[in-house]
Amino acid sequence: MSFKRLFPLLILAFGLLGFTNSTFAQEAENHEIAHVEGAEGGHEEKKGINITELVFGHVSDSHEWHLFSLEGEHGHETEVALPLPVIVYRPGKGLSVFSYSKFHGGWYLDEAGNHISNTSYDGLYVEKNMKEKIKSEDGSPVYDFSITKNVLSMMFSVVIILMLMTSAAKKYKKGVIEAPKGFQNALEVAIIFIRDEVAKPNLGKGFAKFMPMLLTIFFFIWVNNLLGLLPGGANLTGNVAVTFCLAMISFVVMIIRANSHFWGHLLNPPGVPTGVKFLLVPIEVISLFIKPVALTIRLFANILAGHIVILCVISMIFIFGALSKGAGIGFVPVSLAFSLFMFMLELLVAAIQAFIFTNLTAVFLGQAIEEGHEHHDEAHAPHH
Amino acid sequence: MDLLTPELGLFFWTLVAFIAIFLILRKFAWGPILSSLSEREKGIADSIATAQNVKAEMAQMKAENEKLMAQAREERSTMLKEAKEIKDRMINEAKEQAKNEANKIIADAQVQIQQQKNAALTEVKNEIGNLAVEVAGKILRQELAASKGQEAYMQLLSEDIKLN
Repeated sequence: MSFKRLFPLLILAFGLLGFTNSTFAQEAENHEIAHVEGAEGGHEEKKGINITELVFGHVSDSHEWHLFSLEGEHGHETEVALPLPVIVYRPGKGLSVFSYSKFHGGWYLDEAGNHISNTSYDGLYVEKNMKEKIKSEDGSPVYDFSITKNVLSMMFSVVIILMLMTSAAKKYKKGVIEAPKGFQNALEVAIIFIRDEVAKPNLGKGFAKFMPMLLTIFFFIWVNNLLGLLPGGANLTGNVAVTFCLAMISFVVMIIRANSHFWGHLLNPPGVPTGVKFLLVPIEVISLFIKPVALTIRLFANILAGHIVILCVISMIFIFGALSKGAGIGFVPVSLAFSLFMFMLELLVAAIQAFIFTNLTAVFLGQAIEEGHEHHDEAHAPHH
Repeated sequence: MDLLTPELGLFFWTLVAFIAIFLILRKFAWGPILSSLSEREKGIADSIATAQNVKAEMAQMKAENEKLMAQAREERSTMLKEAKEIKDRMINEAKEQAKNEANKIIADAQVQIQQQKNAALTEVKNEIGNLAVEVAGKILRQELAASKGQEAYMQLLSEDIKLN
């Protein structure tokens, strides 16, 4: 009911947003350039907001953990952020570790619209557009292994998961049958759900072997999804590197565990005429490699989209606020209602996406370890 | 497009973090939890099976008890019936006996009464006979005192002899 009523409103809002967003982005850029040009002249310039920058600044990775901005004297904003360690590897120069605060010194815009750090350190500077990149001044390759906001958040999630799970695991005593207590109850529901709804139907008899992996994937994604929803949290599972890494892990496990039946059906499908094989085998091979790509995109896009929508809905307050103060304040309840609704949806999506990733991993693994059925081959054979 | 290119650093750290958490959890969390869960599930299944067995046993015992009760009840009723029969029989027998006894006593009494009656009758007859003889004797003595009477009597007696 409420969904039905909210939906047209939502569409209207997003339509409006798409429209205002692009116009404001342009306007804001103009403002910014004006701001840079008139830096020494006036300090009344700062008015427009760059929504694109705001949104992508929140959803993309960073070398510092941004907390808030303080409006200081002369209209300058002081960014309060926690600088994180930068770890870069340069062939020839080796590993260098230093704090990101070394790049403290403001930004200027280059011709391509990138923000470039005013200060450089050890022959390195920062280029910031949608992403923050550490580049070397001489153009040689830089491999960035920094503990970024996402990495730190992930480490935090690892600690949380380890603490939760090991403390719960301690309550299980060997050979003693006890009713679960407290957190155990919540944990068991999830574990049994993964076992009975994901592992058993997809993996068959040998499901127990894959349970640790499936459970780890599920809880890793779920906890990181939830951490990403916290205000100030990192958008970890909405980052393509993370989902790609997770997808590659499940893909590699699948490839390692795949049996001869799987490879046989993939590379030499039984009961198929040779001419068709030339068509079928490449499609099968492509479909094999599409699996991790599908996993990657599905999780990353879902989480990223959720974050962007929430940010946009919140930003509407400031978009309307830029038009007039009254409009901004007037839009606060609408925006809050939308963002609350989206937040609830994202809480659901956090669990659903973790489940879907786990389930698809189980499905792919199940295909790879499936034992051949004799009748299956026979069913194909008589036609040819 | 920037958003779609995975960063090497984050990929690397994700791999490290995931493998680390996987190995630690497998050893210290999933292993014990999963084994305890299956153990508990088996325990619960066993307990339920045992409970069902006990229930079945109980039902059987109850049925047996009921059977025993029914048997006992039946036995009691047959015993009661038998006792009643015995009682009736004894009463009847006693009645019969009493009746017989009474009949016998009555019969005896009747016999005795008859006997006594007969005896009394005999005595009366004898007495009457004696009285008659006495009367006859007196009459005869009276008669025979006169000669005429003697002759008539002798005549009578002789006629009797002649006739024989």
